[in-house]
Amino acid sequence: MAKEHFDAIVVGAGPSGNAATYTLAKAGLKVLQIERGEYPGSKNVQGAILYANALEKIIPDFRDDAPLERHIIEQRMWMLDDTSFVGTHYRSDDYNKPPYNRYTIIRAQFDKWFSSKVREAGALLICETTVEELLMDGQRCIGVRCDRMGGEVYADVVVLADGVNSTLARKAGFHGEIEARNVALAVKEILFMPEEVIQARFNIGEDSGVVIEMMGSVTEGMVGTGFLYTNKDSLTIGVGCMLSDFKANPKRTTPYALLEKLKAHPSIAPLIEGGEMKEYAAHLIPEGGFHAVPQIYGEGWMIVGDSGGFVNAAHREGSNLAMTTGRLAAETVIAAKAAGQPLTAKTLAAYKAALDQSFVMKDLKKYRDLPEVLHTSPQFFTTYPALLNRAAQTLFTVDGVDKKTKEREILGSFKSARRLGGLMSDAFKIWRAVR
Amino acid sequence: MNVNVEEKLFQNRYKVDHGRPHIQIKNPAVCSNDCQSQACTFVCPASCYKAEGNRTVTLITDGCLECGSCRVICTEHANVAWEYPRGGYGILFKFG
Ligand SMILES: Cc1cc2nc3c(=O)[nH]c(=O)nc-3n(C[C@H](O)[C@H](O)[C@H](O)COP(=O)(O)OP(=O)(O)OC[C@H]3O[C@@H](n4cnc5c(N)ncnc54)[C@H](O)[C@@H]3O)c2cc1C
Ligand code: SF4
Repeated sequence: MAKEHFDAIVVGAGPSGNAATYTLAKAGLKVLQIERGEYPGSKNVQGAILYANALEKIIPDFRDDAPLERHIIEQRMWMLDDTSFVGTHYRSDDYNKPPYNRYTIIRAQFDKWFSSKVREAGALLICETTVEELLMDGQRCIGVRCDRMGGEVYADVVVLADGVNSTLARKAGFHGEIEARNVALAVKEILFMPEEVIQARFNIGEDSGVVIEMMGSVTEGMVGTGFLYTNKDSLTIGVGCMLSDFKANPKRTTPYALLEKLKAHPSIAPLIEGGEMKEYAAHLIPEGGFHAVPQIYGEGWMIVGDSGGFVNAAHREGSNLAMTTGRLAAETVIAAKAAGQPLTAKTLAAYKAALDQSFVMKDLKKYRDLPEVLHTSPQFFTTYPALLNRAAQTLFTVDGVDKKTKEREILGSFKSARRLGGLMSDAFKIWRAVR
Repeated sequence: MNVNVEEKLFQNRYKVDHGRPHIQIKNPAVCSNDCQSQACTFVCPASCYKAEGNRTVTLITDGCLECGSCRVICTEHANVAWEYPRGGYGILFKFG
């Protein structure tokens, strides 16, 4: 591949890289995409919920042949203590009418499919190749060096879609190391079981699905959540906590022990019983939000997706931000080329401007203070779930005690655990952070 | 809770790049002498790092899930040389 020159090189074949490459190739640009995995998706981990809207903007008829598992009709949020949960379930038949809004997917299969569309659009994809570093000419990025013989390739612009670890951006000095308090470490398993069992257990039809998000004692006071998603003939179960909290946990709990604890919870165990574990995976999620987004463009380079920290942790959205940033980066390059402009920092600044106008930056900005609030308020993951569960138990246990006394007892337990001032200030902090 | 992570890792598909570990402990003496927490020994989701009795830390990267946690938590000592495996090697998720 020596001396080849491309309009653009995209590093990575996850959702952000595929969105960027697809958009560039579709516009007729000469694009090379490089992926280190054996096939696109073989290195990638997600929960995984696919939000239709972001993909629709790139491939409007994706539903015709994309590998989708189940469309989601019900969302549950559970607050766990050691033996019980208090939760909400939201189910709507409106979610049961096409075009569906979200689906569960299996990332290895989905990425492979997305990649097939990218190649149909005319891009050149090389797999099993790790990009080792960016080739720089002073400030300007002029290409990449891969771990293959003669692996230097040149382009007008390099799009870094290399995911959360972004080794390339760090080596090039575009930004520093990620901080442990800005990433969550998630572990997950896939458990296979017959479709009919899933449908009966979750009270759903052949194609519809359920999402359960969990918080509480299962994370041992660490900031984090658990999740359980229904696929066609498998369940995905996982848990993720801030990496800094894993490190600081005095119990020195391993991530896999935490996952086992979640699986053994009396509210979860019956749902996953009999499931055959076929894979165990782990991945980081950049959850630093607005304040952690680095510089995302420069002389001949752009950063998209997890590499730029584009994850909305409050809503567990990532792949849709990845696809949107990939698309907007590509559109910026296409517009600049069409106008005959060089791909300098000055021209590529349009990418940041487009992002600021999109839901991506607006949402990240809205929740900009949430990570800090959660970091400094572990009671959201310990005291409150426990209190709620105790309150529910007090109320629902019929034992001859009158209801008024019970209510007084519940209020008393909340006040003594957090004092009224603390409760009010927590409510205020959360309100301000998500306002 | 005693959990056997080897059993979990056994389900995964993996292509070992023999003799070329992609992660290395830069200076083993730092782990023994300077690092109090040795957090890598319990944070790594594949249990690649082991605390030995004499305060040394050993690393075997077979089974590594390529998450990056060990590098990120070692900020204080920056003692982990971390790269992705060569193209095509390492963990191969079938589901992800
Ligand atoms: C457990 C978990 C659950 C999640 N759940 C959800 C969810 O339900 N919904 C949602 O929308 N998001 C979710 N996310 C977030 C979502 O997975 C990410 O935001 C999304 O995958 C980011 O896409 P990306 O293309 O930027 O990065 P990635 O998907 O990480 O892709 C990066 C690609 O670059 C390749 N690469 C990296 N470095 C190099 C190199 N040097 N050379 C060549 N190739 C390289 C990698 O092999 C990989 O294919 C979840 C994440 C995790 C970990
Ligand atoms: S990258 Fe992750 S799985 Fe691999 S050794 Fe480091 S912490 Fe363990």
